[in-house]
Amino acid sequence: MKILVCLKQIIDPELPARDFKVNAAKKEAERGPANLVTDVFCENALETALQFRERAGGDTKISVIAFGPQSAEDTLYKAIAMKADSATIVLNDGNANPDSLTIARVLAAAARKMGGFDVVMVGREAGDWGAAQVGGLLAEELGAACINFADRVDLDGGKLRVNRQTDWGTEVLEAQTPLVLTVTNDEHNLPRIPKVRDTMMARRTPLTKWKIEDLGIDAAEVRAGNSYYEVTELFIPKKEAHCEFAPGSSIEEKVEAFAKQVAELAGVV
Amino acid sequence: MSNVVMCLFASGGLDKAALGLAGAARRLADATGGQVRAILMGTGAEAVAPEAARVADAVTVVEQEYQPEICLNALTQLCREMAPSAVLFSNDTYSQEIVPRLAHRLGGAAVGDGVELRPQDGKLSVVRQVYGAKAQAVIELKRTPAVIWLRGRSFEPAQPRAAAGEITRAALAIDANVATKIVERKTDDSGQVRLEDARIIVGGGRGIGGKDLFETQLKPLADVLGAQMGATRAACDSGWVPATWQIGLTGKKVAPELYVAVAMSGSSQHMAGVSDAKAIVGINTDAEAPIFNNCRYGIVGDFRQVVPLLKEKLAALKK
Repeated sequence: MKILVCLKQIIDPELPARDFKVNAAKKEAERGPANLVTDVFCENALETALQFRERAGGDTKISVIAFGPQSAEDTLYKAIAMKADSATIVLNDGNANPDSLTIARVLAAAARKMGGFDVVMVGREAGDWGAAQVGGLLAEELGAACINFADRVDLDGGKLRVNRQTDWGTEVLEAQTPLVLTVTNDEHNLPRIPKVRDTMMARRTPLTKWKIEDLGIDAAEVRAGNSYYEVTELFIPKKEAHCEFAPGSSIEEKVEAFAKQVAELAGVV
Repeated sequence: MSNVVMCLFASGGLDKAALGLAGAARRLADATGGQVRAILMGTGAEAVAPEAARVADAVTVVEQEYQPEICLNALTQLCREMAPSAVLFSNDTYSQEIVPRLAHRLGGAAVGDGVELRPQDGKLSVVRQVYGAKAQAVIELKRTPAVIWLRGRSFEPAQPRAAAGEITRAALAIDANVATKIVERKTDDSGQVRLEDARIIVGGGRGIGGKDLFETQLKPLADVLGAQMGATRAACDSGWVPATWQIGLTGKKVAPELYVAVAMSGSSQHMAGVSDAKAIVGINTDAEAPIFNNCRYGIVGDFRQVVPLLKEKLAALKK
C-alpha cells in the first residue's frame, strides 16, 4: 500500500496570545520569537499512518510531502526521523498563504507525478489559518473518496476500515481506494518523538525537491494563490479583560467569596 | 435575483445553530433579492420539514441516511438544479465534511466556521477566526456559488413566519454503490445533555492531572451545580475523558450561562469554544495564567483544595 502524508510547517500555535502580533499590510502573523513547527494535526496524520503500517504489515510505503518555503525541509526531516520512507518538498516561492484550492492542486499534481497513492492523509486543518479544506479539495482533484476526522485506519480483509470522530461519538467506515483521510487528534495518535540518533541520521536522507514549474500546472496561478478565495483583512479584535480575584488570606476565605459569586452566576441561590 | 440554499442534516428539530443558519440565509437572500430554499437530508428529515417551512420559502426533503458519497452526489444534483448564489450549512460533522467537496463540484468556493457574512457589490466575504482564534480574517470568495459552513449560534436566529413554504420530496437517482460506507455508529452517552445546550459547564484542563480526579473532584462540583462536564484538548488527548468532551476551536462550541474553568491555562484555541458563554470563572494556581484574561471572577489556588470546599459551600448556599 502506498500512503502519502501531507505536512505543513507553521508558526508555533502555542505562542501565547499576549505575544501574538499580525502584520496587517502583509496579512500574515509576525513570527516574532516563535519557532516553526510541523502542524500538530499533520503530525497526528503521520502518526496514524505509521501505526497503520505497524499493524497492516506487508509492504506499506509512507511518503511525506510539504508545499512551503525552504524551512519546510525541517518538517520533512522530522518525518524521516519518525520513519517515513521518503520525502518531497515543492518549493513555494509565491503567495505565502495560498488559498486551499491552490494547495490542493499542487499536492494533487505532485501525487500524480509520484505515481499515485492508495491513501493520502492530511491534518483536519492547519493550526494557523485553519481553513480545513485541503483534504476535501484534494479528494476532488484526485477523484478519490474522502473521510474527515479519522483517527485510526486498518486493513481488514483487503478493505480499509476507518474510525472517525463525530460530534456525538464515533463511526466506522469501510472504504475503497483511492482514499483521502483528514485526521484529527485522539489519545491514541499522539505523534511519536523520534530518537535523537534518528533525528541526526534523517538529515542525511536526500529530499526530492521540486519547483512549481515541475508539476505541469499553471505556475502563475499557483504563485498568485488567490483565485478561489483571498484574505482581504487580518486583525486582532480588541478584548477587554476584567477579572476580579476572590479576596482572602486563606483558601477558606477565598472560596467563601468565590462560592457566592459562582452561586449567583449559576442561579442556584 | 439570487437564491440562497440552506442545507441541514436534520434530526430532532431545529436547534439554535440551525435557527441561526436560517437567519443568516434569510438576511443574505434579502440582500440579493432572492429566496431561501432549504434542503433537509437524513432519516427524520420529513419530520423536521414543517418547522423548516416556517423559516424558508421552500423545503426539499431527502429521506436519506447520511453516507458521505451518496449525500455529496445528491446535494450536487440538487444545487445544480437550484443554481443558488450561496449554499449555507451549519457547523456539524457532516456539514464540515461535505462543504469543500460540494464547492469543488459546483465550481464555487468554500469557507468554513464563518461568524459573519458580508455581501457587497455582488461579492461575498466571510469573517472567521484564524491563528488558533488569536486573530480574525475577512475572506473574499472568488467563485460562485459560495459554499459556507457557519458557526450558527453566532447569527441572529430566523423568526418563524406565519405562511409556510412549500414542502417537496426530492426524486433522486441514488447510486448506493459507492466508495465509502458508514457501517457502525457509536454514540457517547456520558453526558445527559448536549454540551451545546448545557446551561452550566465545568471544564477541566491539563492541570487536573488524571482521569480519577475528573471523577472524584469535578463530577461532584458539576452535580451540585447541575452542570455538564467538558475538557480541553490536553485532557482528551491524555485519555482522561472522552473526545466528545473537547471544547474549543476544533471541538464543541458551547454557550452556557456559566463556564467554570478548572486547572487550565486558557489557550486561545480552547477559549474559542466558550466565547459565547455569558460568564466565565476560573480556578488556577497561577495568577498570570491566560485563563484569567477571559474570566469575570477568579480564584488563585490548587483545585484539589478549592473544589471540595467550593462544592460544600455551594451545597450549603442551595439550602
